[in-house]
Amino acid sequence: MTNSVTESILTVAGLNASIEGQQVVEDVSFEMLPVGVTALLGRNGVGKTSTLRAIMGLIERSGEVTIAGERVDREPTHRIVQRGVGYVPEDREVFASLTVNENLRLAERDSTPNRQLIEELFPDLIARAGQLAGTLSGGQQQMVSLARALVNDNRVLLVDEPTKGLAPLIVMDVAKALERAAQTVPVLLVEQNLQVVRMLADKAIVLEGGRVVYDGSAEELLGNEALTKELLGVA
Amino acid sequence: MSTIILLLITGLGLGALYFLVASGLSLIYGLMGVLNFAHGSFLTLGAFAGWELSRRMGGESWGTLIASMLLGMVVGAAVAAATEFLLIRRLYNRHIEQVLVTVGLALATVALFEGIWGTDPIYVTAPPWLSQTTEILGARVPNDRFLMIGAAVLVLLGIVAFLRYTRFGLIIRAGVENRSMVTALGIDVRKAFTVVFAIGGAAAGLGGVLASHYFGYVSPQLGGSLLIFAFIVTVIGGLGSLAGAAIASVVVAILQQFANYFWGGTGDLMVVLLLAVVLLVRPTGILGKKA
Amino acid sequence: MKSLANLSQRTWWIVGGVLVVVAALLPLLNLSIPGVLPGATYTPGTLQLLALALLFASLALSYHLLFGTAGMLSFGHALYFALGAYGLGIVLQQTELTLIPALGLTLAVVIAAAYLLGSLSLRVTGISFAMVTLAFAQAGNVLVRRNPGLTGGEEGLRLDTEHIPDFFIGVVNTRNLYWLSLALLVVVFVVVAWFENSRAGHAVTATRENELRVRVLGLRPFGVKLMAFVIASVLASLVGMVHLLLQSGTTPRATSADFTLTILVIVVLGGVGSRWGAIVGGIIYTLLDQRLTALASSDAIDGLPAILRIPLSEPLFILGTLFILVVLFLPGGIAGAVKRLSTGTSATPSERKLLEEAE
Ligand SMILES: Nc1ncnc2c1ncn2[C@@H]1O[C@H](COP(=O)(O)OP(=O)(O)OP(=O)(O)O)[C@@H](O)[C@H]1O
Ligand SMILES: [Mg+2]
Repeated sequence: MTNSVTESILTVAGLNASIEGQQVVEDVSFEMLPVGVTALLGRNGVGKTSTLRAIMGLIERSGEVTIAGERVDREPTHRIVQRGVGYVPEDREVFASLTVNENLRLAERDSTPNRQLIEELFPDLIARAGQLAGTLSGGQQQMVSLARALVNDNRVLLVDEPTKGLAPLIVMDVAKALERAAQTVPVLLVEQNLQVVRMLADKAIVLEGGRVVYDGSAEELLGNEALTKELLGVA
Repeated sequence: MSTIILLLITGLGLGALYFLVASGLSLIYGLMGVLNFAHGSFLTLGAFAGWELSRRMGGESWGTLIASMLLGMVVGAAVAAATEFLLIRRLYNRHIEQVLVTVGLALATVALFEGIWGTDPIYVTAPPWLSQTTEILGARVPNDRFLMIGAAVLVLLGIVAFLRYTRFGLIIRAGVENRSMVTALGIDVRKAFTVVFAIGGAAAGLGGVLASHYFGYVSPQLGGSLLIFAFIVTVIGGLGSLAGAAIASVVVAILQQFANYFWGGTGDLMVVLLLAVVLLVRPTGILGKKA
Repeated sequence: MKSLANLSQRTWWIVGGVLVVVAALLPLLNLSIPGVLPGATYTPGTLQLLALALLFASLALSYHLLFGTAGMLSFGHALYFALGAYGLGIVLQQTELTLIPALGLTLAVVIAAAYLLGSLSLRVTGISFAMVTLAFAQAGNVLVRRNPGLTGGEEGLRLDTEHIPDFFIGVVNTRNLYWLSLALLVVVFVVVAWFENSRAGHAVTATRENELRVRVLGLRPFGVKLMAFVIASVLASLVGMVHLLLQSGTTPRATSADFTLTILVIVVLGGVGSRWGAIVGGIIYTLLDQRLTALASSDAIDGLPAILRIPLSEPLFILGTLFILVVLFLPGGIAGAVKRLSTGTSATPSERKLLEEAE
């Protein structure tokens, strides 16, 4: 089904998802910007992570998910990824018993990985190539998780709360890395840190109770204090 | 003193057999969450294949022994891979049903083996050296123990090297830790399933040939009786841990030997008692992941 | 077919009651079902087989409580059956107790053993639980084989009839044993149904579905699981005791892992989670096993080429294969298939789900 004219890189239409029989995503529809960062926002527990996991095929889902004009909602996770999706999960999910280098090698999908870019963005990782990922600090693990996605050429990146639990200085490092990545590939970013959203996002989608309640400019949303407070619970 | 040495080495030999079964069980469980009840049948089939070869080629020669060990591995690997491909895969992620299918397969294959080879033990012939003894610190140790130990050590090293230095090994190690993240990196983890089944089957098939020399016979029940101890070993070692399986194999087998000798044949019961103690103190086993 | 699913709970109890009455009348009737039963229903041989079928139905029901209701995949259920059979047999042989006190004493031992081993095994869940129960059952197997003085070892234990009432002894009294087996099935059914509908039963079902949620509600999953485990074990031991009377003895096979697997096979064939599925499974299994054994030694099989003769002369091969096919292609077993036929749906997810939850 390649009838999409708008040629958005990632379109979600009527997406439902459930975990252990409980519906956590309800009739979610949105479209990502073809370039730059689209932020997926909402209070804790509204279903942001679940939405990403549903797109990735990691939880039971129904509805339409289109990547570059092609339906992927019936495909297994690894096929979806092979279409050019980079995924940085919530809580990093690095392989603790593998070394940094092994984590990266596992992620490489072709014979021409972007090692150069990784070295530039995360020089620290290269120095720690032989260290077990489980012994890294939280910030370093987040770098590994990001690097695992950036080491491939992707058509879209899905990034889930990359700054969660990090020191302010490291938050900026991560944000810069994302900014750099977003120059070449569109990013769907789940993020609680509004400062980071302000810095990166062009468009914002807000979920509540598993549904979309805002879909529009990120700047307008964050510029409107009352609206931000109402939708996100914070200023 | 010589008794202790003899018991230790015999225990190591038996532990080697346990390890050959438990290593595959543990890898398969670790990666796929499948408890493979048919694993004993892979072992039994390997043993019968080895015996069929040796009765045709003359069991006394070393060449035959080595050929039968290789054949046991190949047969075990092939049958295991076929099992995964034809039965287990259809029930992807339905762990209970996967267990049930392997239960059915175990029942059916043991019956089939009984139909083909009969229910009575069939005695095997081996190179004469294997039935002789070597004196170590005053203990007269049967030589076949060394064969078991040597083979198990080679298999352990082989599996470790495979896990460490190949891409499949990398995928398996990562998959044991977090399988869904492996797929989220674009890897079809199911290919690794067939590979672990084949590796486990090869180890079990080799174990079958060796067990037939350790016990002196093959029978359709051979695999089933070892399988139960291998299960205990995997639980004590920690489900999914290869190193745990290796340690627990040795501990369990040596405990069994000593209890049998010093406490009037209570070896099997002591093993179950050990299992109970481990569960009380450390439900995840020696090296198991946290539940 | 009229929709079976619409029948009310009470209708089912009435249907069940009628079936029990019919079953109770069988020894007084002269019915023959060639190909299924070896002879007319009043003959001792047929009654023996039917009684065995009823016992397997009861045993399957007790396992249903464990696996279908509470979601505990045990590979050691045979242990409690064996404990009943060997326990009663040994007490009758070694003491001067008559049947009823001996039964009581055996039950006390079973309860203690089930409580102890259950508390230990339930420290782990899922596959570890399966393996641990298997290991304990194996220890039972070893004990039985290693103590021939008490258990008769490999030969098995013969029933000492000295203190058994006369009406349970001898071929002519097979029908009394048949009625006893039928009564036991009714008792087991009522106990299982009662437990499933009790508070503890609902809690244990909820635990199967979502252990976390039960904990959040402030219930202790461990307690209700242990209760289900002990009840199922006691029921299995009762079956073992009647089995001892029916077969005039017991063999080490009762303690083997294969025997537990057989019970599991019966429950899955009948349909996991279905009470009457377990009963039907037990009856069909017993009859099928008997027929297949007869088939194995028949002339028709003897004349076949080896490639057909060998597999067909092994009943367990056929049953094992049948079992694999049911798991692969008939989720929900017989009960599931009947339900689909009667409601005209082909949907299977709920049956699949049940198995998944059983983990
Ligand atoms: N494994 C699980 N089992 C049961 N419920 C779950 C599970 N994972 C998530 N949920 C529920 O699904 C809902 C959505 O969760 P999700 O993780 O998608 O939210 P989120 O928006 O990412 O929250 P956060 O901002 O805290 O990361 C929540 O109500 C949560 O409790
Ligand atoms: Mg989240």
